[in-house]
Amino acid sequence: MSVSETRRIVLPKPKPRVPRWITGTLEVVALPLVILAAWSVSAMLAPNNRFPSLWVIGEAFGQTWFGSALTVDVLPSIGRLITGILIAIIAGVAIGLLVGSIRWLRSLLEPVFEFFRAIPPPMLVPLLALALGIGDQAKVLVIVAGAIWPVLLNTVEGVRALDSVQRETARSYQLSAARRVVSIVLPSASPQIMAGVRQCISIALILMVISEMSASSSGIGYQILVFQTNYQYAQMWSGVILLGLIGILLALLFQLAERVVLGWYHGLKGAERA
Amino acid sequence: MPEILDAGTGQLLAVERLSKSYGDFVALKDISFSARQGELVCIVGPSGCGKTTLLKCIAGLLEPSGGTVRLDGVAVTAPPKRMAVVFQEYGRSLMPWMTVRRNVALPLLKSTPKAERRRRVAEALEAVGLSEAGDKYPWQLSGGMQQRVAIARAVAYNPEVLIMDEPFAAVDAQTRADLEDLVRGIWERFGVTILFVTHDIDESVYLGERVIVLSMSPTVVQEDLTVDLPVERDQITTRALPRFTQLRTHVYEQIQRAKRGALR
Repeated sequence: MSVSETRRIVLPKPKPRVPRWITGTLEVVALPLVILAAWSVSAMLAPNNRFPSLWVIGEAFGQTWFGSALTVDVLPSIGRLITGILIAIIAGVAIGLLVGSIRWLRSLLEPVFEFFRAIPPPMLVPLLALALGIGDQAKVLVIVAGAIWPVLLNTVEGVRALDSVQRETARSYQLSAARRVVSIVLPSASPQIMAGVRQCISIALILMVISEMSASSSGIGYQILVFQTNYQYAQMWSGVILLGLIGILLALLFQLAERVVLGWYHGLKGAERA
Repeated sequence: MPEILDAGTGQLLAVERLSKSYGDFVALKDISFSARQGELVCIVGPSGCGKTTLLKCIAGLLEPSGGTVRLDGVAVTAPPKRMAVVFQEYGRSLMPWMTVRRNVALPLLKSTPKAERRRRVAEALEAVGLSEAGDKYPWQLSGGMQQRVAIARAVAYNPEVLIMDEPFAAVDAQTRADLEDLVRGIWERFGVTILFVTHDIDESVYLGERVIVLSMSPTVVQEDLTVDLPVERDQITTRALPRFTQLRTHVYEQIQRAKRGALR
């Protein structure tokens, strides 16, 4: 018998534990389940046509959004949302890169940025409707006008925060300007840029709805408003749920992208904490 | 007018009457020295004497207030092509979003064909003993290993002059000894001219073929000393040589003199 065997400490047998994936799932769905249950109970005890039962809302969901509305309202809304987000990200990063790198441009533009950022973007809906009519262009532009700021300003900050040693390393190895941007400046700013993108997405969803609520004749936001004014409360609630689902889907896509783009960053932070 | 001290004498790197001031503060007063092709020169001086400022001027990262730096007879006004710098802050000089291999390959992306690039990166990683770590990220490595990656990147770049700014100031003593031997090994293997800045007197004597002692600021060259130790050096036997002790004592006294001089 070896020493290690004689000295082995006998631990009490751990209690049989619920598998991690079950507890994890429970943590995620627990609160939504409670809310749904509360809604159901209140709908049963105090029937009120403004707060129909979940069953009725569920039925309305399928009927309302998976018919012709899918191609007339839902997909065009999502299309404008995605277009707006992509333009906001690309333009925000491009302009932020320029402004962050060029000092005189920064001092020239910063006050202007502060002004435009301070304008609540819904204000732009009537203005842009005047200029561009009520088509897709105006709606996408409203989304871009509001959602670009977090990306743009975070990119400026990220670019400016480039480490001095990294900058000198790039200089002493004579990296070309394009290489510097692609391999050093953008990756180094990517944590800030991604934080901006996260805000950009939620602002864009809000503005998608608002842009459809006035000066519009289609879209999820427009339909929700129509249902509300026509006392179609089940349909209205189903639209709210649809918006929530779109928001969750976008958040999941963002998480996926973040894991790919910022894998190194989380590793680095983990190593620094260790 | 700065006079040209060594035009046509076969010097690879010539620093001529270099000075650098920040406003009224004179950091470097008058620095002149030169290095031959393939020499390993250590620059040592008291803390705050402007060693890093001097290196940045030589590397073309900082514009001197007066005097010139010549590489192969050509005045340095921007980072020269055949010069590589290893910074003290290895953690900030490596790119944390790139693997070790990508970091080492980064300076070669512009001009080196893919196959040649791969070969040079592998050779450089082998030379610093990190052949296995190519796919790791810098932050997965210890401090000493990260500095090895920075050295590998400089070696793969195949420079004529390798400038090292207190590269081992932030690593522990054992790692430091290993890295010192690594620098000697790379110097012998690749025949590169090395300018090694340190505040550690023993390190300067152990590593250098020559030691340049700087004064306190406003800084001048206090002494230019040839290290007549055998080329093959060893942490135990070389450091035990009577000549090593003599040289380090001499440099130590010079530095003490430099500090006293500054007090007057």
